[in-house]
Parts: sequence; C-alpha cells; structure tokens
Amino acid sequence: MAARAMWKADLSLGEIKVPVKLYAAVEDARIHFRLLHAADHAPVKQQMVDPETEQPVASEELKKAVGVDRGVYVVLTDEEQAALAPKPSRLISVEEVVAASAVDERWFDRPYYLGPDGDDEGYFALAEALKKREAIGIARWVLRNKRYVGALQASGGYLLLDTLRYAQEIVEVTAVKPSANRSPDKREIALAEQLIGALEDRFDANEFRDEYQEQLKTMLAAKAAGKVVRFPKAVKREQPDSLVASLQASLKARRKEASHGRRA
Amino acid sequence: MAEERDAAPNPRAFWSGTLTFGLVSVPVDLYPAVRSRRTALRMLGPDHQPLVRRFFCSVDLKPLGQDDIVRGYENDDGSFTIVADEELDALAPRKSRDIDLRRFVKRDEIPRQLLERPYVLAPAGESTKAYHLLAETMERSGKAGIATFVMRGKEYLAAIFAERGSLRAVTMRFQSELRTPDDVGLPGVVRAPAERRQEMERALAELTEDELDLKLLDDEYASALLELAEAKRDAGRDVIEIEEAPAEDEQESADVIDIMAVLKERMGGAARRPARAQGARSAEKPAATRAGDDALADMSRKELYERAKKLGLPGRSGMSREALIAALRKAG
Repeated sequence: MAARAMWKADLSLGEIKVPVKLYAAVEDARIHFRLLHAADHAPVKQQMVDPETEQPVASEELKKAVGVDRGVYVVLTDEEQAALAPKPSRLISVEEVVAASAVDERWFDRPYYLGPDGDDEGYFALAEALKKREAIGIARWVLRNKRYVGALQASGGYLLLDTLRYAQEIVEVTAVKPSANRSPDKREIALAEQLIGALEDRFDANEFRDEYQEQLKTMLAAKAAGKVVRFPKAVKREQPDSLVASLQASLKARRKEASHGRRA
Repeated sequence: MAEERDAAPNPRAFWSGTLTFGLVSVPVDLYPAVRSRRTALRMLGPDHQPLVRRFFCSVDLKPLGQDDIVRGYENDDGSFTIVADEELDALAPRKSRDIDLRRFVKRDEIPRQLLERPYVLAPAGESTKAYHLLAETMERSGKAGIATFVMRGKEYLAAIFAERGSLRAVTMRFQSELRTPDDVGLPGVVRAPAERRQEMERALAELTEDELDLKLLDDEYASALLELAEAKRDAGRDVIEIEEAPAEDEQESADVIDIMAVLKERMGGAARRPARAQGARSAEKPAATRAGDDALADMSRKELYERAKKLGLPGRSGMSREALIAALRKAG
C-alpha cells in the first residue's frame, strides 16, 4: 500500500517551482519496549512534578524558562514564544547548490522522499540534473512551526531530502597528534595499508543485517511460549604480542581466505 | 537523549569496546558528537517553581523509582513479556564489545540517507599505539571502515573514519529500515524532455557555490529565543535563579569540552589516571587554566562573559567559564 504524504509544498530553485509531496523514508520496524510498573505491569507515565510538594503540575499550567546563564533563567510567555515562531509557508527553498563532498557526514539527520505532485517531468528532470552535477542542494523550509534545513539529493532517479543538524549542534574536534613515542613507524603503516587494501570493496548496504533484532524476536517468541533460548557465547580471540606480528598474521589470514574464493 | 542524560551524571563514555582490525585490537571509548541545542529550557510551575520529571504508574498513580520499573514487550493479545537487561546483554555478547572492521570502502560511496548520528572514538586502555596506527593509516587512505556493533540494546551499522588524527564513527540505518520508492508509491522514473532537463541544469548552475555557506546551518530560532531572553534579563524582567544540581551542569558542558580533554589526555601529555573519563575532566580544568598565561585565565565567568558580549560572541550565555575562555582565545 502506498504511503500517505506528510506534506505538500513547492520546491523552488530561483524562479523555478516544482510541486512535491513529502514522505517519510525511514520505516521503523524495530522492537520497542514499554516501561511498566513492576508490581502490576501497568504502563508507566511521566509527569512534571513540583519537587517541594511532589504534586504533579497539569500541562496547561506549565511555564517555560530559557537559560541565559549558569543557574539563571528567563520566563517566556506563550505569546512571546509564538511571536518568534517562523511564518508558515508551503515552500522548500533551495538556497544554494554545492558539491556532494561539501556536506559533512555528521550533519545528516533523517531522510524523506520527495514525490512529484502534478509536474512529473519537472520532478524527474531535476533529479537527473542533480545527479549529473553530483551536487546537493541546501534547502530550507518551515513545517509545523519549525524551521528546517536539509540536503536535497538524487537517489535512484528520485529526489531525497535529508534534514540536517544545525552547525552548533556538532561538537567540533580539532586536530590531535600522538606524542612522538606513540607514533606508528613506517613498517607498521605499510602493513596496515596493505590490510586495508585487502579488505577494500564496494559499499553494499544489503550485506549487513540487523542480527540483534532477529535474535531479539526469536527470544521474545520463545519467552512467550515459555521456553529459554541460548545464543552462542563470545569466543575469545588470540592476539600476537606485537603490532607488526598481528598485522602480518592478519594479512596472511586474509590472503588465505581470499584464495579460497570466499569474501569475508 | 534526555533519559540518557538523567542516567549519566558524569561525562563517562557512552559505550566502551574494541575496534578490531584483523587481529589488531584497539580499545576505544565512544562519545556523542552531537550536543543538545543551545537553548536550555526549564519547565516551571504556575508560581515559577522549577519542576522535575517523575514516573508514575498509569493505573494506581503511585510515584515509581527506578527499581519499580521493568521493560516489557507488548504481545498481540495486549499482555506483556518482561525482559531483563541481562537477557538483552546475552543476545550478542561479541557484538556488544567489538566493532569489527571487516570492510573498507570509499567514503563517498556511503549513501547519505543511511547516516544517523556522529560519535567520536577516543583511545582507551594501556597503549594507544594501535589507535594512532589505525587513525593515521585510515586518514591517509581516505577510506571508511564499515562494521556492525551493538550499543545500548540496539544494533548499529557504522562507518568509522579518521580525521585530523582522531577516529570518528557515524552510525547508520540498515538498508531494511529505509522504504523503497515502491513502498512509498512513487511513480516509475520517466525521462523528462531535454528542454526541461536543461532548464533544471541552468537553475542548478545559477545556485551553485564553491563552498557551503555555514550561515544556512544556523539555528535562527534558538538565537532569537536567546536574544529575547537576554534582553529580558538585562531589563530585569521575569528572571529567576535556579540552584542547579552540579551533575546536570557538568553534563551540560561535558559534551562541549570533554571530548577534546579526553582525547588530549589519552594521547599523551598528562599522566594517566585510574578513573578514565572522570579523571580526564578534573585533570583538564586546572590544565586549561594554566595553559594560557594570558589574563583570561584569571578572570571570573562574569568578566569573561562581559568580554564575550562586547565581541558579540554567539551562544555566550550558555557557555561555561572554560568554554568562554576557549571562545575568547579563538576570537583573539
């Protein structure tokens, strides 16, 4: 069954507008647990409480304060907050176009599909043009009172829009250097490079499965049937003493594996 | 993330384990590289009293402590199967400890839509030599290692890569978690007429820039919220003081300062301490103050704040003393 669109908007590139529908691209099929009261297995609920009186405060009575300093907060009224809310619009505006490599992996948050909404040709023409340039469009929009920034990319002939994190949300890690006595030597680097080379392949997302979820489902089904399942225990690995010896042994093992015609 | 913060008052590692590269083991600690948004919001009662979040039973309405709460999976008939932490831990013992680098790929081959969340990997354990070897070799090669591992009751696909001397991880979704265009019900791909394609190419060319304008990634709402709050504070309107539990405060700045502190300490320099992450933090404080022999180190937070205000440094209200010193040094 086709998914329902979350939103309809115009994707704008300068003067050009392409009408689109927005769909969630992530399908959450994971097992979810609920927090329960141990005594009666009733679901747990959370509430805001006055710690002095232990009395819950109703949600319509809640007030919000913004921290301006260590331990110093300023109360903002609902009206004040509403006045800051972005104006609603039906525009996903592509602000600029950059090389795909200019967008840091750490910014990507959540993907959405864009689907055509009346102008299929314009939609597919844009997807093809983006792919041809190997480019990403940086887009901004407002949805349900929230401002978003996202990356527009082409994938398999379709348009994907990933929400991006704000730059301030990423912890910056500056350059670090090992002290001289801990730096690897040339021989170790050469061996490590060979090992990376031996393990290199194309990225294939279908190669990886969520085995933990599969085991979890097996365990839950068995428990519901009153059975106990045992999963294999971890095997302890043996490790040679020196880095060089470890690397050489790893390379040897890898070559042996490869000569048997099996991919790891 | 809120519940994680409640559970972890100290800036300790989010996950500890081993990167395995062939037969080479690299012990690592993993720290989140995303911090909470700049605006710290507090919930207050009608009389502006600060509130706390508590758990209640939805049936008998009793307040519940951590020990009164269990985890349950809802069966089709509405009953629950209770699952203990140990049962979850036993599911994938090896994967809960190891990130096994069995595959290396070109970084640009990784589909962006799979990317989920960034982390920093800091070296742990006695020797950091293997960490440096991996970091240096991977950075040179420009490749990312791909592996799966289990963290906090969930299996992740992850890309591991090196940048500027340290190892990073970005967790990814499994392919099976993404819908296909078919699942969504998108129409089959059609080739648009040449003139439409050219029109789009021209539009893209016109918007093309060499570098990404980081201003586009500014959180304008957070800035506006802070600006308004600071203006009200300066006017003395609706200001309240809340005694903050030190734990909460530590955690607030932890994700800003500690990753660098932890990395620096573990890569040499400062002497090793028994308690790793916590030790690293308390060790870094005096070091950070001593390191700069400039006047900033001797200033109070208030003085630093005033200076930051003069320079118009963004986000200054939310910064700790250390963060202000760092930001001011950076600003020259």
